Amino acid sequence: MTGPNTLLPGRRRAVTLRGRPELYTEYGADQALLNTPAKRRFAAVLLLVLVVVPFFLDRDLNGLLTRVFITSIGAIGLNLVTGYAGQVSLGHAFFLGLGAFTAAFLGNEPTGSLRGLGLEMWAWLPLSGLVAAAVGAMVAPLAARVRGLYLAILTLGLVFVGDHIFKEMRTFTGGPGIGRRAAAPIVGGLDLYRRQTILGVEIAGDVLYYFLCLILLLVLGVAARNLARSKTGRSFAAVRDRDIAAEVMGVPLVRTKVVAFTISSFYAGICGALLAVMYGTIVPENFGLLLSVDFLAMILIGGVATISGSIVGAAFVVLMPRLVQSLTDVLPFISRGGGGGALLSVDQLQGILFGALIVGFLVLEPRGLYGLWLRVRNYWKAWPFSY
Amino acid sequence: MDDLLTVLIRGLAQGSFYALVAAGFVVIYRATDVVNFAQPALMVMGAYFTALFRHNYDLPFWLAVLAAIAVVAMIGAVSERVALRPMVGQPPFSAAMVTVGLFLVLTIVANRLIGSNVISVGDPWGLETAVFAGNVRMRVADGWGIGLTIVAFAAVGLFLTRSRVGLAMRATSLDQEVALAQGVNVGRMFGLSWAMAGGLAGLAGMVYGSGGTGVDPTSAFVALKALPVIILGGLDSLKGAYIGGLVIGVAEAFTRANAASLSGVVGANVDVVVPYLIMLIVLMVRPYGLFGTPEVQRV
Repeated sequence: MTGPNTLLPGRRRAVTLRGRPELYTEYGADQALLNTPAKRRFAAVLLLVLVVVPFFLDRDLNGLLTRVFITSIGAIGLNLVTGYAGQVSLGHAFFLGLGAFTAAFLGNEPTGSLRGLGLEMWAWLPLSGLVAAAVGAMVAPLAARVRGLYLAILTLGLVFVGDHIFKEMRTFTGGPGIGRRAAAPIVGGLDLYRRQTILGVEIAGDVLYYFLCLILLLVLGVAARNLARSKTGRSFAAVRDRDIAAEVMGVPLVRTKVVAFTISSFYAGICGALLAVMYGTIVPENFGLLLSVDFLAMILIGGVATISGSIVGAAFVVLMPRLVQSLTDVLPFISRGGGGGALLSVDQLQGILFGALIVGFLVLEPRGLYGLWLRVRNYWKAWPFSY
Repeated sequence: MDDLLTVLIRGLAQGSFYALVAAGFVVIYRATDVVNFAQPALMVMGAYFTALFRHNYDLPFWLAVLAAIAVVAMIGAVSERVALRPMVGQPPFSAAMVTVGLFLVLTIVANRLIGSNVISVGDPWGLETAVFAGNVRMRVADGWGIGLTIVAFAAVGLFLTRSRVGLAMRATSLDQEVALAQGVNVGRMFGLSWAMAGGLAGLAGMVYGSGGTGVDPTSAFVALKALPVIILGGLDSLKGAYIGGLVIGVAEAFTRANAASLSGVVGANVDVVVPYLIMLIVLMVRPYGLFGTPEVQRV
């Protein structure tokens, strides 16, 4: 457990330098993911809460939290390519769809005109990520030819072309408006979305799936964080900050971009496959441009080029509808239904808030919620001598 | 042959609509180096206000169109002042994302105003079709669309090349700081560009909704095809926007006309993605488009 890849700083330091939490004597300790006692304590408490909480929550709140975990995986993927490597991608929804439909193809038994292989989750989940990654790797060399806004427009085109492909490959996707059932998360004959008795304890399906997604998020999140501080991650940052300078310094430009796209697509594929389970039935229309915009909003609101920011942003975007809904009881001018006499319906208010938040964060705090947190933290760190 | 011409005219009309939306993109991009993703939403607004003035206030059609153009131009200018002006000096991607946020907000507002039904803009042409030169059919609305687009492009072109303000706008697009030093009110030029783009979008909304098509909030996604157009024509070229629009429109019309024979190979409704396929190819081969300025990378 040496070098920058350790999660926790070395034990020796903790003993000898008690009371001096920010004095690092080793590179490894400085680079550790949880490099201060406060971070370690906070992470432990958060993990404990997340393990306990599903047993006390309603089914729908559990589902909401699970959705947060799943979208976080997708947001981390987008943040790797857009935040860390600086390659703006509006094509994330396409890779999500790719993962979802690959999972549905691999995980379902063939029915009628729909093809299927009837595999279990341990096969379809990684494969859906890998298929998305493979397609990402194929598209990336093309995307590596253009930069900035041109790339954004190119990936936008990708979404529309992908949408067409999803709609036309009816034997795989069921076609527009009809769709197909998502793959069931069955591992070793155990359906993780149904009530199961494990070791004599009866556990509800939503709780099981909650833990599955939480574990996946932890693994993929830590992996992404480690990637970001590895040689690959530093080359991402170099390409983002100045691609020509990076190339001059010996960072292979095309290869770095291809790697970024491939890994990002892998995350998107996994996210899509898991999300499909929550949707129940998936149609090609699920994976349109607006989904891509949602994910971009997550990383913009949460914080560009931060893993924790991606998670916070995903939580924010997923939980906001619920918050807005509970606002309807307080604010008289918002109606629950579609039309109504009120000024705005819930959906409309939510959409407007969403757009306004993107604009607001970009204008006022480009580092997102993570940046806000940094401000708060730095204020209290030096309190009462803050300035 | 007659069928071919009929399809060609249909394509030119559709292309004219794309060109009008694309012109808005180009005007804003030239002035502020921002790709304005909110342009399609402004287009829907244009159609809505045309319909509003025509039906609710009973204005004559042309007056309704002019009023709608004025209102959408104002929406454009206000959006620029509120959302885009603080983004001056920020990376172009941030500004582009701000316009995406604007797009969301405007689409919701349009949703609220229009609802889920299709509104007609109240044009006097309706479903009328003219037949000429043997058996070539043309919708009257298409003819007006093609003609109005030419007039609009000519007006914008003349304004930019001949008027003092147009000169100031071109100076701004060339170099903002130098223009500022020469006494050009750069901020006002930004606002003016957005107002012009809004006006063009307003007109585009009318053109799209005329001829019995009608407009609903999802029409914004059709107008997004102006993105392939500006990529094909070049982000900063008005001429490119016009020619690119026509090329994309005609390509789409011909694919649609041959959809039956194509569907076995590439599936039905392939005409919807043809613009994007063209765009992908252009981005691979010539990213700055037919008439755009090649991007110069400084080391």
